[in-house]
Amino acid sequence: MKYFIKKLTEKFIEGALFLSSTVTTLTIILIVFFLFREGFSLFKHSPVEDGFVIAVNKGNPVDKITGPQIMDIFDQEITNWEKVGGANDSIILFRIDNISDYYTEAQLGDSFQYVPQLISRLIDSIPGMVAFIPATYAVDGFKGRVIELPNVSMKKFFTEKEWYPTAQPAAQMGVLALIMGTLWVSLGAILLALPLGLATAIYMAEIANEKTRRVLKPLIELLAGIPSVVYGFFGLVIIVPLIQKVFELPVGETGLAGSIILAIMALPTIITISEDALRTTPRAMKEASLALGANKWQTISRVTVPYAASGISAAAILGMGRAIGETMAVLMVTGNAAVMPHTLLEPVRTIPATIAAELGEATQGGLHFKALFALGCILFIITMVVNLTVEYISSKRKLTKR
Amino acid sequence: MNHIIATEKLNLFYNDFHALKDINMKMRANTVTALIGPSGCGKSTYLRLFNRMNDLIDGVKITGDVRVEGKDIYEKNTDVVDLRRKVGMVFQKPNPFPKTIFENVAYGLRVNGINDNGFIKDKVEQSLVQSALWDEVKDKMNKSAFELSGGQQQRLCIARALAIEPSIILMDEPASALDPISTAKIEELIYELKQNYTIVIVTHNMQQAARVSDHTAFFYLGELIEYGETKEIFTNPKDKKTQNYITGRFG
Amino acid sequence: MDWPKKSERNKNLKQIIAFTSFKLLSYAVVMILFLILAQIVFKGFSVISWEFLTAMPEDGMTKGGIFPAIVGTFYLVLGSMIFAFPIGVLSAIYINEYTKDSFYKRFIKLMTNSLAGIPSIVFGLFGMTLFVNTLGFGDSILAGSLTLGLLTLPVVIRTTEEALKSVDDSFRHGGYALGATKLQTIRRVVLPIAFPNIITGLILSIGRVSGETAPILFTVAAYFLPKLPSGIFDQVMALPYHLYVISTSGTNVAESQPIAYGTALVLIMIVLLVNIAANTLRRYLGKKVKMN
Repeated sequence: MKYFIKKLTEKFIEGALFLSSTVTTLTIILIVFFLFREGFSLFKHSPVEDGFVIAVNKGNPVDKITGPQIMDIFDQEITNWEKVGGANDSIILFRIDNISDYYTEAQLGDSFQYVPQLISRLIDSIPGMVAFIPATYAVDGFKGRVIELPNVSMKKFFTEKEWYPTAQPAAQMGVLALIMGTLWVSLGAILLALPLGLATAIYMAEIANEKTRRVLKPLIELLAGIPSVVYGFFGLVIIVPLIQKVFELPVGETGLAGSIILAIMALPTIITISEDALRTTPRAMKEASLALGANKWQTISRVTVPYAASGISAAAILGMGRAIGETMAVLMVTGNAAVMPHTLLEPVRTIPATIAAELGEATQGGLHFKALFALGCILFIITMVVNLTVEYISSKRKLTKR
Repeated sequence: MNHIIATEKLNLFYNDFHALKDINMKMRANTVTALIGPSGCGKSTYLRLFNRMNDLIDGVKITGDVRVEGKDIYEKNTDVVDLRRKVGMVFQKPNPFPKTIFENVAYGLRVNGINDNGFIKDKVEQSLVQSALWDEVKDKMNKSAFELSGGQQQRLCIARALAIEPSIILMDEPASALDPISTAKIEELIYELKQNYTIVIVTHNMQQAARVSDHTAFFYLGELIEYGETKEIFTNPKDKKTQNYITGRFG
Repeated sequence: MDWPKKSERNKNLKQIIAFTSFKLLSYAVVMILFLILAQIVFKGFSVISWEFLTAMPEDGMTKGGIFPAIVGTFYLVLGSMIFAFPIGVLSAIYINEYTKDSFYKRFIKLMTNSLAGIPSIVFGLFGMTLFVNTLGFGDSILAGSLTLGLLTLPVVIRTTEEALKSVDDSFRHGGYALGATKLQTIRRVVLPIAFPNIITGLILSIGRVSGETAPILFTVAAYFLPKLPSGIFDQVMALPYHLYVISTSGTNVAESQPIAYGTALVLIMIVLLVNIAANTLRRYLGKKVKMN
């Protein structure tokens, strides 16, 4: 009996251990589920905010208007129905605020109870009118016609540059500028960090003596331990003013500031992984080079570095991946202007910074909220690709160079 | 004066550890000398004296004379690079560089400042012919050296050493990681190379020492126990320890 | 063979140039670290006082202390560790000691590495939908701790696995030879030997959790909340978020700068202390295990 209980306990504990080991997998599955459910629902949604509709006169022949067109109409870039496939008639805009242009306060009623009917009547009476009104007004007895805008398209999401997720009447969801901003800043970071990191890795792995190495190593680990907000704060008080002064810019919050901070943050990753890769070079291979009359530098540059090349590239890719996903430090120093970057000396905005800055203001489950989750999906996919690439490189390395 | 390598009263320490004790030994040009003995006896350390490979290890101290071609190579103004060009080395495991077959052989020439591509090309071919690898690789000179088999890689490493025209070749258990057929090829090659080079080979394999070498030296616990003609050592060892070792009682 | 004489001097010159510049570049990296530390330590040191550490923020966070943020971060670290330590350690034990199937092992490893690579802001999004909304915890210590816990899980698993791997198999075989079951061997032999390294890894992950901002933005962190939490469903302030707020979007960024320096210094001190504690403990426990 006692034996049986013991056996049972062992099995039970083994089961608990097994369950624990599934948690990481489970988490990834859940992340994918929640992120993509929310993110993809963006593309089943019209660019008009929930609870609002676009309405026109019943006699208006136009039945298809795209998001950008409606924006142009309300920005008065398009002023004639002919431009969007209608009759030659000028467009008259109506926003809810315009109601006072047509009716007096008394007509609207004490608690504005007559507003819906009045708007309905107004649309009916003016053939060229287009109105952006709450959906609750366009119910039974409404004399206008509601126009359904086509859903936010995935193609436009990725190819358009305008990011105005809260624009009315139609939100503009082009993430190209954000993607480019992210890539620019990260690429700049890697270009700065890679030479510096590689040099340090080579110095630590091949040149410095054991004593120097034992001092450098923990310092670099410490660099990795500093929280990203502290880097952001340092960037804000030191780097940003410096950039402003050196380049004589109106503001110092630029892509360059982001790149510099990200470069510092990527250094420990690049140094540690490259150093490990350099150390895997077999001693005999380095000796063979020296035995042929090469000096230490020739051996490093012609044998050790080429041998470690795949490991070093893994370090660079991983560093880039970290840079792409970094949020706080970048948010604090890049100025966050959602426009296409032309140089690194302009304010830019990255994907993670956009999520961090805007999610607090977005309505739960609304259009903007979904768009931010779609950004999260992009980020997730990018980092997954980075991770899998690194895994692939390192598994291949293990196979070929035993 | 045809002793191309000689050591006299040679002592070597790794920090406090006395690794080689009073070694006196002379080797003649165009011979093959085998260094045998159990692991840790100092034979590899001894081999690595002649191209000053021990310099790379911290805490090594050497007293006594090491002469290569009559010159004391541990003198202050010795040109180590020049020495290493004269004394080539082949290692235990094949260790080609992460480069093409061609560039592996050309490496020694390039790092020593030779840029004449025509000359390099001829020299690479010549070295590969000498190491009996040319026919197997002549059509894939631009392939990675890692694509070759272990035995081919080791012959490539020999070609690499030959390309800079050394007069002495040190071999540190060159066939220990290879299959019997590749081993036979390497041994055959050693026999051929003897015409033009002086070869010192460390080996664990008693039969191999007996097959390829003219002279054999038996090391034990950092001491040179016995040194003489291979035939003598294997058929009529003077020291009891030598006898025990070659008959397989320890090691 | 005739060797070109000039090349010898040439290649040695190149070596000197290369080695010197590498050395300088390495020192530059260390200099960056010192620059950051020096800046924050010098400016932050004068701000830090007993009062700063124990008082509530005042005057739109331009005066007063950071006590609620310290307490908040403490709770978040504690909460995330309560979640991540057991699961992480158990998971690592299963992967390293029980799985023979190399495919499952590789799969779990891939998943763990992938999870470690996911940006912290994505964890924030995930924590918000799952814990705050779907499970209905609201912005709370519970939601924030769980999010941070998931974020640290891969770190805990990896360090524990490394620690277990470094235990020589002979110890395990010794355990079996004495008739111990697998579980007994793990508990009495393997874990005690791996313990110093496991605990070091765990302590180091505390440093990481205390500095994370993005995951708590939408799961727990309060902009300004000058009172202490009374339960796990309360919102709290947290040090990293507080630093972010007062240096970018506080009521008066210029005036709160001293407080920002003080907060940054407290954060750095936590990381430093955690590092020192981990190393000391490793050395101390390492000796003890060896002696036994």
